[in-house]
Amino acid sequence: MTSSPMGVGPLVEMRNISIHFGGIKAVDDVSIDLYPGEVVALLGHNGAGKSTLVKVLSGAYRANSGQILIDGRTVEIGSPRDAKALGIETIYQTLALAENIDAPGNLFLGRELTTPWGTLDDAAMEHAARQAILELNPNFTRIKEPVKNLSGGQRQSVAIARALHFKARILIMDEPTAALGPHETRQVADLITRLKAKGIGIFLISHDIHDVFSLADRISVMKNGKLVGTVRTQDVTQDDVLGMIILGKRPKIAA
Amino acid sequence: MMSLAQSPAAHKGGARDLKGALEVDLRLLAMIAAVAVIWVGFDLLTDGIFLTARNLWNLAVQTSVVGIMTTGMVLVIVTRHIDLSVGSVLGFVGMVMAVLQAQILPIGTGWNWSASLALGLGLGVVIGGAQGWWIAHRGVPSFIVTLGGLLIFRGLAWTITEGQTVAPLDETFQLMGGGLLGSIGAFWSWMVGAAGIVLVLVRTVMARRRRQRYGFAVRPIWAELLVAASIVGAIVGFVVVMNAYDRPRTDISQGIPIPVLILIGAVIIMSAVTKVTKFGRYVFAIGGNPEAAQLAGINTRLVIMAVFALMGLLAGIAGAVQTARLNAGANSTGELLELSVIAAAVIGGSSLAGGTGTISGAIVGAVFMQSLQSGMILLGLPTPMQNVVIGLVLILAVWIDTSYQRRRL
Repeated sequence: MTSSPMGVGPLVEMRNISIHFGGIKAVDDVSIDLYPGEVVALLGHNGAGKSTLVKVLSGAYRANSGQILIDGRTVEIGSPRDAKALGIETIYQTLALAENIDAPGNLFLGRELTTPWGTLDDAAMEHAARQAILELNPNFTRIKEPVKNLSGGQRQSVAIARALHFKARILIMDEPTAALGPHETRQVADLITRLKAKGIGIFLISHDIHDVFSLADRISVMKNGKLVGTVRTQDVTQDDVLGMIILGKRPKIAA
Repeated sequence: MMSLAQSPAAHKGGARDLKGALEVDLRLLAMIAAVAVIWVGFDLLTDGIFLTARNLWNLAVQTSVVGIMTTGMVLVIVTRHIDLSVGSVLGFVGMVMAVLQAQILPIGTGWNWSASLALGLGLGVVIGGAQGWWIAHRGVPSFIVTLGGLLIFRGLAWTITEGQTVAPLDETFQLMGGGLLGSIGAFWSWMVGAAGIVLVLVRTVMARRRRQRYGFAVRPIWAELLVAASIVGAIVGFVVVMNAYDRPRTDISQGIPIPVLILIGAVIIMSAVTKVTKFGRYVFAIGGNPEAAQLAGINTRLVIMAVFALMGLLAGIAGAVQTARLNAGANSTGELLELSVIAAAVIGGSSLAGGTGTISGAIVGAVFMQSLQSGMILLGLPTPMQNVVIGLVLILAVWIDTSYQRRRL
């Protein structure tokens, strides 16, 4: 699909975002945007600033300067809680699971369901978690075990189910297939296609350029904290994108 | 047996079937078995003195001070921290309460003891919260902050009275220590026991109903009954033993000592906090993965501060019990107690790496430690040798636990 159908504005705009840690500019005046039902891939070497940039959107970091707009309105994202309230869910590269807690506990972490007495409603959370996780991964059985006992794919299922259960409109996936085998990687790819169809906007951070070409509508490349450029996937070849990543050069057919 | 067939454990071998059906904590059972073994062992070695009502009653009183603080230390350790200051905070708060009672507040009024107790507990919360602030907001390691606290509050306990002991204390306040009159008698002990039994049964039924509402597998009825019956049996046994000890030279039953009642209250409340509150869930999440807890939107600094404030409150309560028991505020009260508290929590299964620990395990750990000490005293072992034994047992217990955990993974 094309990125900007007539009449639909961008879901997310990040304008002129900069962050520095001490003297080092991790992200330097970067602007990217995302439309409903679109997948925008963020590519670049390790340390190029991709993860830092999206962590501004997910509330883990605060930008030193720049603006974030959701549905065309300026928003303040001061914490992960703010981001979630705006419908922004993140699947972190590290998965961000508490290893000692079971899948339902992780799925609802920070957003627990409670009984009328204000105590944790573990049965209700287990019920909802079973549905959410089994929908993604029908083979998932060890629902009441601490997630440290689960395989990489199962843990991934928990992290993805957590992002989807709360009706995300904007999904950030940081290396979602890094820990997965080929079969599970294909499942994640299918999932991304399904979510696109529902109108969810996805920022996809990946190292796998083949994945990116099959899934992303547009590609933004970063190098040394700066945006090299954003191109439409259909307009470029893999070599063009590799050139952007390695040499930091925009291809001639810029979108 | 339909429900058994549906439970995931049903696919595995025989011993696991039983374990799966009962859903019991094998670790806790092993700990209780260890306590039973040393009890029987000491009883044989002391020609039947150890397992008398009198000795068990005393054991319960002696466990209460360490036990009360251990319920808080579990949370501190679960969040990957440590609190070395609890013995000093206990001593300082106890001293402040003694001075308030004997020198500042009017003596003989009904609110003398209650006001000094309230102020003391408030002080405990403030001290704990302040240490938590240095840890959570200023990033000073808890080992250092509370090592500082250990020195500061021990020093302040001395400074208030220039080392003088303050006595006597209010008579009502003394009851908290469980002295000669500090027990609730046979009738109220049975009432407490009955309340405990009702609580166990209601909880069992409610938990079962809640799981059935969603069609989840529940324990088979026989397993449910067996677990409930063993807890009820333990409660009845406890009350019988406490009532079997008469006040010296009378045939009036002592019943449950008030400090033990306070310990029971602390255990029930702290278990509930860890199991059914958001706060308890966050404590464990922070211990398992602090970054994940933060990314989930949890205010991790506030939770850490609250954990230390709670620890301060419990050290204050323990300070009240210990000071009441001594009927005096002395600047050395509670010296080295932090080590017993940490040892009890660790023997009871709290991992210093964070993320794991239970209140029930820690209490059994405290009983284990106290039994060991009490038994050695009965055997007439000199104090230095007692310390040697306890040190060795601590190392051994943690080694057994870690090897068991490693093999299970």
